[in-house]
Amino acid sequence: MAAGELLRTPLHAWHQAHGGRMVDFAGWSMPVQYTSIVEEHRTVRQSVGLFDISHMGRLTFFGSGALDWIQRVTTNDVARLTDNQIQYSLMPNERGGMIDDLLVYRQPFAFIVVCNASNRDNVLAQFERYPVQAEAKLADRTLDTAMIAVQGPAALDIVQPLFNQPLGSVGYYHLTMGRLLGDADAVISRTGYTGEDGFELIVGAAQAERVWEALLESGQERGIRPCGLGARDTLRFEAAMPLYGHELSDTINPFEAGVGWAVKLAKGEFVGREALRSLKANPGRKRVGLRLEGKRIAREGYVVRFDGREVGRVTSGTFSPALDQSLAMALVAPDAAPEGGSWIVDVRGHEVPATVVPLPFYRRTETHT
Amino acid sequence: MDLKALRYAPTHEWAYLEGGIATVGISKFAVDQLSDLIMIDLPAVGTKLTAGKDFGQVESVKSVSDLYAPVSGEVVEVNQAVAQNVQLLSEDAYDKGWLIKVKIEGTSLPSELMDDTAYQKKVAEESH
Repeated sequence: MAAGELLRTPLHAWHQAHGGRMVDFAGWSMPVQYTSIVEEHRTVRQSVGLFDISHMGRLTFFGSGALDWIQRVTTNDVARLTDNQIQYSLMPNERGGMIDDLLVYRQPFAFIVVCNASNRDNVLAQFERYPVQAEAKLADRTLDTAMIAVQGPAALDIVQPLFNQPLGSVGYYHLTMGRLLGDADAVISRTGYTGEDGFELIVGAAQAERVWEALLESGQERGIRPCGLGARDTLRFEAAMPLYGHELSDTINPFEAGVGWAVKLAKGEFVGREALRSLKANPGRKRVGLRLEGKRIAREGYVVRFDGREVGRVTSGTFSPALDQSLAMALVAPDAAPEGGSWIVDVRGHEVPATVVPLPFYRRTETHT
Repeated sequence: MDLKALRYAPTHEWAYLEGGIATVGISKFAVDQLSDLIMIDLPAVGTKLTAGKDFGQVESVKSVSDLYAPVSGEVVEVNQAVAQNVQLLSEDAYDKGWLIKVKIEGTSLPSELMDDTAYQKKVAEESH
């Protein structure tokens, strides 16, 4: 895709004017960083960072058939959601391969499905392939809204003063609706992709820049920074959250990816259920965390050996800013034992010794409501 | 070192010639573009380099990049301070951040290398 054809978020001009290094990400022109991935990462772990995640797909569902429609094409049990609750879910194909991973928001009169930018067309196509009888409407709101993530231990303190509803009582994976800055309608959820406390805000596209700047001002004393997709990736990596295309894909099933808990085989019929039932009985590979000696980064696709035998490949790796170590996630054969035996990652011909470590690599110490 | 006297490869390595020895590094622009440097692999003293061929790698959080020799010759000195702490490059890509010294073949730098004016023009174009 030529540069001129990239989609732009409502904050694109702001990013360009403030040193955002713009890259093509899933057909969108997005900031990968403003100053330094490591600095932005540390700001989120220590205080609070702001992310433009407007490229994520936002699909709204209305009508009496909405619940059944989402239920039919996703793996988690939508009927278990109460109003203003959110669940992590997966969209499988008929073979049990993953089309995408999703968040499903239940509101009093609607559902919102948030999907990955790269998979929005495929997610829409799957909904169209499996329509329901009862009345249900789907509206793709991706282009006329913006989505902003406020992540870090100070997130509550900087969002609350701008919002007309209490946020402290909104639990993890719950949402609330209200107004930002007096007049900007917003859906605010206590969700994120960083391993920290935080919120994700959906606002109208026309309000995005005003809300973004107000958040920056509100967080100024706490050292808030705008953060790019680079830090978003290293943060989610330390928290061992799967990234579609790396830890989860058409050929990596949820049981391998460690998100089998989001597959509710007993909820009733849904697309891919029988295939997933077989996969659950025999998942294939397993996901492990590896700590490498030295500083070389184990990148996606690098071969992993156990006792001299190739047992799998790296799915993601980075030099962890919080732990100051070279870390990787890998999908490996189930018979590669974590203890005993020697692990090696082949880093461009360098045989780098590694140790299996528990996932997630990083877990925040504070708990919240 | 007179920065105006540096000569640049299109892949952002610089060379500075003095008494038959070329000091080689990578430009501040390249360091800024890489950002978040993690480590660097440099050749051992005695390694023979060929202009245009890779002589090492620099790794950042985002990516691994090959380093290409701007000159042909033999490595006579390696900057151990940078080899052990690649962050020095972020502080100073020239005086403290040189990478290797090379006893060059012949008496002058390859004529394909850009002078300061040509390189700054290229960098300005790449920044847009």
